[in-house]
Amino acid sequence: MSALLNPPVRAEYERKLEPFTEVAVERELPLATRIWAQGAVRKGLILAVLALLWELLARWQDNDLLLPTFIATARALVDGLATGELIDKVRISFAVLLQGYLAGVLLAFVLTTLAVSTQFGRDLLDTLTSMFNPLPAIALLPLALLWFGLGRGSLVFVLIHSVLWPLALNTYAGFQGVPETLRMAGRNYGLRGLRYVLQILVPAALPAILSGLKIGWAFAWRTLIAAELVFGASSGKGGLGWYIFQNRNELYTDRVFAGLAMVVLIGLLVESLGFATLERLTVRRWGQQR
Amino acid sequence: MATTMLRAGPAFAPPVPAAPQRAAAAAALGTPLLQVDGVSLEYRTRERVVRATHRVSFDMHEADRFVLLGPSGCGKSTLLKAIGGFIRPVEGEIRLDARTVSAPGPDRIVVFQEFDQLPPWKTVHQNVMFPLLASRTLGRKEAAERALHCLDKVGLARFADAHPHQLSGGMKQRVAIARALAMQPRVLLMDEPFAALDALTRRKMQEELLALWDEVRFTLLFVTHSIEEALVVGNRIALLSPHPGRMRAEINSHGFTLDSLGGSAFQAAVQRIHRMLFEEEGVGA
Repeated sequence: MSALLNPPVRAEYERKLEPFTEVAVERELPLATRIWAQGAVRKGLILAVLALLWELLARWQDNDLLLPTFIATARALVDGLATGELIDKVRISFAVLLQGYLAGVLLAFVLTTLAVSTQFGRDLLDTLTSMFNPLPAIALLPLALLWFGLGRGSLVFVLIHSVLWPLALNTYAGFQGVPETLRMAGRNYGLRGLRYVLQILVPAALPAILSGLKIGWAFAWRTLIAAELVFGASSGKGGLGWYIFQNRNELYTDRVFAGLAMVVLIGLLVESLGFATLERLTVRRWGQQR
Repeated sequence: MATTMLRAGPAFAPPVPAAPQRAAAAAALGTPLLQVDGVSLEYRTRERVVRATHRVSFDMHEADRFVLLGPSGCGKSTLLKAIGGFIRPVEGEIRLDARTVSAPGPDRIVVFQEFDQLPPWKTVHQNVMFPLLASRTLGRKEAAERALHCLDKVGLARFADAHPHQLSGGMKQRVAIARALAMQPRVLLMDEPFAALDALTRRKMQEELLALWDEVRFTLLFVTHSIEEALVVGNRIALLSPHPGRMRAEINSHGFTLDSLGGSAFQAAVQRIHRMLFEEEGVGA
């Protein structure tokens, strides 16, 4: 017997394969699994459970001044919408919000474009964000009121402040994360300057930019409602914050809750219709985000 | 486009002719398409400046498949980036059609090794159109047509509307090659384009590249660290020595195709190149 064990030599063979028909290659998932796979169904369920808990807690507490029930709040909300009062307030708030938000987005874009193209721009963005990002927008409001008067101008000013810095930081971080190969590919085609930023950097950094836009949107909402709560109506017509403030003074707690619910509803709508759609059409379709 | 070239010498021509001879030969060949003339390149790290290549010179003619071959650290990729215009030489000059190369441009399209060279937000078709539109070479309609034609050439017309993340590595590289071909660049620069692929796909891609060259006769500069790949893909190979990169030899390899893999002449050529690349230490630098 030899010391080295050799594997046996076996004969070769070849098989002819018929087309595969034994089992179906693809099957559909069961109906329940497919329904559960819908995000809207799962989220709707969460909302329903929360509403139920609220209703139970309010009934147990049994004090309309402190905590109105879900049903009372819903009724106040429907009333407000039906009379058009709430819609009016939302419209006023929304107009100011959009102005401030868009101006903030534009400024953030200018700042970050400067920052990716020049050393001076980088230093400017660095210094400004570290100075102003920690500063609460509301703290600037008294100053803004002095400068721009009691009106839309000062609200837009603080809104810009609340959107600009977080968005600029996120966008810049996104720009820095763009792979070197992609940058070189873009420059290879002769792209430079603004065309380079718009056609290469912005789409490549879109996941970071989108998250910056979301954060900025939330900050803007908060700042606006808080500003209206603290300083009341601007230019004679108050928005949603003013509606909440006024009804609290008159102890219509259900309407206060209706106003708050309106803020939440708008937040949900913008998130699920606006940002989610944007994500589905861009970063998800492009495989940049799962 | 396909000019009949004077391919000098057999596969085993003397490595580097003496300088006066070389000048005479160059005169006989006409002006080269791309001239790398005494180019030294440096890159900067945090503490020091490193010389990547030192006075490298070579000429490329139309329809050449010129290969830069060398171990890692010989500056072959850096050299390719310099020809692409991404890095400026500290010494010497790179000339394309007798004009000095100073910035990246669409007349030198690069195919990179990495798969992330395709913008993920564009479909395959849009990706191939992108440089045509970005460089304003063609209008939208003509660009769409030419892109589809080039995709067809690399066998991906069926995937025109897919996004890059839905493709395999080999398919992504095919898109990058189609994109480069669509631009009809003066020189096609390929930086180890098949290095990240598995062996079987790699072999297939080499075959396809050679078939494409047979049809289109583009001018190719190909960087690799595989001796076999260099012999198969190239018609002329520049051997670079490492730290810093210097020209070691230029070798003809137009006699070899994918069919010669494993043949004795091919093995001998591999051995010869291997000796030149790795006996450096023995000779003493």
